[in-house]
Amino acid sequence: MDKFFTSVHLNEDLCKGCINCIKRCPTQAIRVRNGKAVITKKFCIDCGECIRICPHHAKEATYDSLDVMEQYEYTVALPAPSLYGQFNNLEDVNIVLTALKKMGFDDVYEVSGAAELVSEMSRKYVTEHKEKWPIISTACPSVVRLIRVRFPNLIEHLIPISAPVDLAAKLARKKAMKETGLPKEKIGIIFISPCPAKVTAAKTPLGFEQSEIDAVIAMKEVYPKLLPYMKQSIDHVEELAISGKIGISWGSTGGEAGGLLTDNYLAADGIENVIRVLEDLEDQKFSQLEFIELNACAGGCVGGVLTVENPYAAKVKLQRLRKYMPVACNHVDDQVLEDVYWTDEVTYEPVFKIGIDMKESIAKMAQVDELCAKFPGLDCGSCGAPTCKALAEDIARGDAHERDCIHILREYIHKLSDEISMLDTKR
Amino acid sequence: MSDKITLHYEVSPDDFTRAGEASSNVKSKLKKMGVNPEAVRKVAISMYEGEINMVIHALGGTIDVIISQEDIEMILKDKGPGIKDIDLAMQAGYSTAPDNIRSLGFGAGMGLPNMKKYSDEMEIESELGIGTTVTMKVKII
Repeated sequence: MDKFFTSVHLNEDLCKGCINCIKRCPTQAIRVRNGKAVITKKFCIDCGECIRICPHHAKEATYDSLDVMEQYEYTVALPAPSLYGQFNNLEDVNIVLTALKKMGFDDVYEVSGAAELVSEMSRKYVTEHKEKWPIISTACPSVVRLIRVRFPNLIEHLIPISAPVDLAAKLARKKAMKETGLPKEKIGIIFISPCPAKVTAAKTPLGFEQSEIDAVIAMKEVYPKLLPYMKQSIDHVEELAISGKIGISWGSTGGEAGGLLTDNYLAADGIENVIRVLEDLEDQKFSQLEFIELNACAGGCVGGVLTVENPYAAKVKLQRLRKYMPVACNHVDDQVLEDVYWTDEVTYEPVFKIGIDMKESIAKMAQVDELCAKFPGLDCGSCGAPTCKALAEDIARGDAHERDCIHILREYIHKLSDEISMLDTKR
Repeated sequence: MSDKITLHYEVSPDDFTRAGEASSNVKSKLKKMGVNPEAVRKVAISMYEGEINMVIHALGGTIDVIISQEDIEMILKDKGPGIKDIDLAMQAGYSTAPDNIRSLGFGAGMGLPNMKKYSDEMEIESELGIGTTVTMKVKII
């Protein structure tokens, strides 16, 4: 599969070619060309900001439709813990899980259950690897991809442990194969996701070859379908929940770090804040920290673009749900765990590099400076690039032309019209 | 033949991640026995708060639960440091919980007040350097 798969696509009919998404993209991956927004795939980190900001709803997340369930003989739902925060008046997560089975899934495996195992393994890793402090979480696929293209010095700080959903998929498949005797291909492991970044992570994982997730469906599509089944489930609840406080807490910012049972951590959310933290981290401004939890979405996973509820309200609901749960219900000694650690390294992808080698880079940087001096510095976006500097870089890369800048173009037309009128008088 | 059910739990101080399991266990047993939901809820909450206290503050201990037709009695006994000032400890918001678990929702200082609120009878006996015993009763309607 393509090394740079992205889970955002454009509905061209709705795109007006305005400047909202190009200005908002944290990696300046979008340009307007021929009146439509175009994403440079290798710059895109799947943060979902363009989807959030588009006033015309032209940016859409890529995910599987609910029909995907029909492709498998036996389906297992993997609900992300953020799902529980979407509902009002929910007192027992088992109501959601029972309803998922009524909806058509053969079984459910809570991602929060696997999250507790990841927390335990992370506690061990953090204690054993002081030389890698502060250690950076890798549960958010956007953050890992951001570090991969922009912060190569921090790659070694990434915790090389599978994200909860990936571990959950492995364990769910094992359980399903054992219980049904069916071959791998007939079992569908389907993740109910709060965000499209997990689609990218399932199709092109980092840290290992292949994901055990067969399909990723959107929380916002499951939500309305689930409500009537939840009403039916209230009186006949099946005890399907397997996780405690730590697992449920992973759904919002601070939960993953909280599961490490240390107070030496930093948890940040929102892609701009994440970038700021990473910049400071690169400059080694944080000593004394053991762990850094980073989430591209404000609020954490409850703030993902495929959720229904306001992230801050969802967080309160998760806090209420977890209040009287045991601290954790999943422990590593109770399980046989294989392949939790990453098998592949994340390698630096210098996608923003402006030249093939130093010589070319120096020449192009000089060109960029020269062009920037010519441009008015308004960052108006009319050329289709987010800033004048970005346009200058595009020109240096050979992707654009000086006269894409409408101010330069206007001067040029003035000059031309002066010359034309001079021709006229010369007669 | 006995007309009571007795359950015994060892609460370990070493594995914080198992804290809350005993009360979770009792809750499911009570549900299976068809105890009215209100009583189940009260037992679940008061025993949970007591169990967590034992792990966070008291180096673990034992919990004995006696279920009869009229009520559920819980005896939480530890050999921890003891409570210096019980009235202060019972004050809402007063907490001596360590920082590293606050992000999980602990340390609000509502443990003992909640135990009192959700039980029908509660007694605390404590001696510094020896330990604490909390006894609670929840009536079954």
